[in-house]
Amino acid sequence: METWRDLERDLEDMREYYRHGKTKEASWRKSQLKGLLTLLKEKEGDIFKALKQDLGKHHVEAFRDEIGTLTKTVNTALESLKDWMSSKTAKLPRIALQTSAEIVPEPLGLVLIISSWNFPFGLSLEPMIGALAAGNTVVLKPSELAPACASLLANAISTYLDNKAVKVIQGGPSVGEQLLQQRWDKIFFTGSAHVGRIVMSAAVKHLTPVTLELGGKCPAVLDSLSSSWDMKVELMKNIIKEMFGENPKESHSIARIINKQHLLRLKNLLKDPHVDASIVYGGSVDEDNLFIEPTILVDPPLQAAIMTDEVFGPLLPIITLEKIEDSVQFINSRPKALAIYCFTKNKTLQRMMISETSSGSVTFNDTIIQYAADTLPFGGVGESGFGRYHGKFSFDTFSHEKAITRRSFLTDLWFRFPPWNNYKLQLLESAFNYDYLGLVLVILGLKRHRQRSAGI
Amino acid sequence: MNISMELLRNFSSVGAGASREFSYPFTRKTKQRQLSFVYLSRTSYSFKSCSATLSLTAEVEEKPKLDVDKAALLARELRKTFNSGRTTNYEWRMSQLKSIEKMLEEKENDITEALYKDLSKPGLEAFVAEISQVKSSCKLALKELSRWMIPEKVKTSLTTYPSSAEIVSEPLGVVLVISTWNFPFLLSLDPVIGAISAGNAVVLKPSEISPATSLLLSNLVEEYLDQSAIRVVEGSVDETTALLEQKWDKILYTGSARVGRIVMAAAAKHLTPVILELGGKCPSVVDSNINLQVAVRRIIYGKWACNNGQACIGVDYIITTKDFAPKLIDALRYELEQFFGKDPMESKDMSRIVSSSHFARLASLMDDDLVSDKIVLGGQRDVNQLKIAPTILLDVPEDAQIMQEEIFGPLMPILTVEKLEDSFKIIQSKPKPLAAYLFTDDEQLKKNFVQNISSGGMLINDTILHVATDGLPFGGVGESGMGSYHGKFSFDAFSHKKAVLYRSFNADASIRYPPYTTQKQRLLKAVINGDIVSLILALIGR
Repeated sequence: METWRDLERDLEDMREYYRHGKTKEASWRKSQLKGLLTLLKEKEGDIFKALKQDLGKHHVEAFRDEIGTLTKTVNTALESLKDWMSSKTAKLPRIALQTSAEIVPEPLGLVLIISSWNFPFGLSLEPMIGALAAGNTVVLKPSELAPACASLLANAISTYLDNKAVKVIQGGPSVGEQLLQQRWDKIFFTGSAHVGRIVMSAAVKHLTPVTLELGGKCPAVLDSLSSSWDMKVELMKNIIKEMFGENPKESHSIARIINKQHLLRLKNLLKDPHVDASIVYGGSVDEDNLFIEPTILVDPPLQAAIMTDEVFGPLLPIITLEKIEDSVQFINSRPKALAIYCFTKNKTLQRMMISETSSGSVTFNDTIIQYAADTLPFGGVGESGFGRYHGKFSFDTFSHEKAITRRSFLTDLWFRFPPWNNYKLQLLESAFNYDYLGLVLVILGLKRHRQRSAGI
Repeated sequence: MNISMELLRNFSSVGAGASREFSYPFTRKTKQRQLSFVYLSRTSYSFKSCSATLSLTAEVEEKPKLDVDKAALLARELRKTFNSGRTTNYEWRMSQLKSIEKMLEEKENDITEALYKDLSKPGLEAFVAEISQVKSSCKLALKELSRWMIPEKVKTSLTTYPSSAEIVSEPLGVVLVISTWNFPFLLSLDPVIGAISAGNAVVLKPSEISPATSLLLSNLVEEYLDQSAIRVVEGSVDETTALLEQKWDKILYTGSARVGRIVMAAAAKHLTPVILELGGKCPSVVDSNINLQVAVRRIIYGKWACNNGQACIGVDYIITTKDFAPKLIDALRYELEQFFGKDPMESKDMSRIVSSSHFARLASLMDDDLVSDKIVLGGQRDVNQLKIAPTILLDVPEDAQIMQEEIFGPLMPILTVEKLEDSFKIIQSKPKPLAAYLFTDDEQLKKNFVQNISSGGMLINDTILHVATDGLPFGGVGESGMGSYHGKFSFDAFSHKKAVLYRSFNADASIRYPPYTTQKQRLLKAVINGDIVSLILALIGR
């Protein structure tokens, strides 16, 4: 546990290290990314164990959702780093004689990443990969609700990465508050909208830019696709049995609820008698083992908490509507979600979904998988957050794109200096319109000018 | 009681903006009250002639002040318009942009006059710095909008095979643009053009410190643009506060860091993303191996010929070597005379200070004991005309107030160092500025400068111009702000880039579903890494 003074001193050391410029070098960035790759490979077993302990996650699921995707991301970053770091030339009009313009990405400095407990490795390391690739020094605060993962991250990172540039600080809300009081060049937060507001408000003090990856009620719109809804529910029940067996609690393929507090929250969602009556499958809760079985509800009351708050648990309400197109209005009457899923072959409905709703992303005929697509930005809009990452977007999110223009002394547009007169005005007008012929005519004295008001 | 002709004549001669305290007794209905000039910016006049007394009288109609309730109503109204889909379609956006273009053509004289009233801005400066910039911004949007609106197709990999993906730009909704007084026309309309081209409804709050432009904007927007989606709210602190209580889908603020914090704090309550275009002390490092005349002209252009130093990207201070400083000062002296004549206070080509409070602030910077004996040029001031002559100070101490805050006026400190590389430490010890300038022929120095100095933007061997380049983003970093705009960056700033992934129902890889097995893990490893060879090996059981 760090004291306030220790923390401030450590952060100042990190800023000093950054100022020396080591983290800007491509070789350093590559070494850190390679370090992460080695970490993921060598600590795979320990990571699986920690996830099993904190979340009851099966190791193949852990691989699919966390280790596997992280490995892919590091490899992409290593391959693309040179390209990402290169400056981009900006186009200039012809009148900008002997001028060159480019955009140069530079690191922001010392950044803070606050991650969540549901994908404790993924949501910690995905942003970190971007931050390191962009040349920053990083402090990571993992969620205290997944303690085995947090302490593994702390140990592993101090072993595999540059200690002077990357630190993990563990703790709960009070540690979070202390960290938020410090000066950062960027804060990357994954979590709830409630805490998101606290993070952004704290960032105001130092005018720190933030990325907020929040949540929301992500809907899946299911078109008829040749079967009625009750047939679909039957199909769902069968597939659940296929995936998790007759007794899901015994299956090792399904994760637990993170802690008692969340379990009780979910249990309460089902308490309302109308909600309870709408359960068509599952519903049993085992408090001691932090287990809730996959539960399907059909048409629970819309004002119930289960339909107003983000569920974040194994309860799936199904809402039925007259026409599938009504789903657009249904979605639009609620805060913008992080993702919208839509299962349909109907191209018109697809177009409607895209152009008439707003969300972080839209995925057709699948779920979740957009998380693994490096070329698509991952982030929210409205209540689901702002800012984005994944792939090159991670690099950009932790960079400042500096605009640079270089001029020569040889040519000068002398008519942009006072003392002012009408001749200069005419030349300027032609220049701004990129009217090269007009420019020549003015110089030759062949262009008549417009009457302008006083002040010249 | 009505205002008499006499008072009207006095009023019309007041061209000096909000700096004049103008009050007069005035009766409306049966109440008597004092009005100060600030309120007049929100009033409109209707004239009545009375044949009996042969006088012209004016009745003051005060526009209703915007309070929290009215602000909420306004936001609701615009949201309704946005939700109806009106602003989203291409034709609407183009029609609004075309109207702005028309407005710039037809009202150019009115705009120039308003800028002169507010800032004594020379007509040519008004044209170059504001009107033509807005024109070219509008033109670019008109030309490129259809291209900007096309979804961007992106590649997909084995990980999501089979699939196709694109990034769709969609409007954010209802946005708020708060602008400032130094380039009141440009900094109001440029972001508004971005917001409209991205398909949003917009509320613009211009600065009350430039009231003539604020009023003109209010009238022009009402005359030329779609009132159901684009509105101007005039006023000062109260009105801005009322607006900030509402939920907006984005806020773009141009101004000081102090108010930038207030804006961001208000935005945090609604999780509203913000763009803050702030300022900073923009340094200009000057080497000795340059074409001195051209460099000095460009420096003057970037300070005194640009709103008289009142620009966020204006040159705040100069750093040069001890040896070169005298030459530089002589060149500046000479060129300043070429630009503004022997007595710059008489020159029509120099803007005045915007208000008496800013004048007082600048005067106190000059009168500071630590620097008052360091003035090597200028120092003249005229409080009635709100003019301060171009003033150069040599080797002011680091802890003087003039080196602690953004000057935003015609005072130019020159700091000297032994070697030019020492300038880097000075710049790095201050908050990151919006722009940094370097005048040199030394390629290595240029490289080091770019590598080691962080700023919003940079310009080598010139000043100001980099923001007139559409292809470059304009924005700050650190204390100078967050986010950027100009050109396509404006369109992007006011858009949400929605990720869209299309998956096919064919070929469903059951390897990602439970029950989980080691074989599935092997296959997943290959697929996630996009590694075809491993995939084949895993499939055949290796």
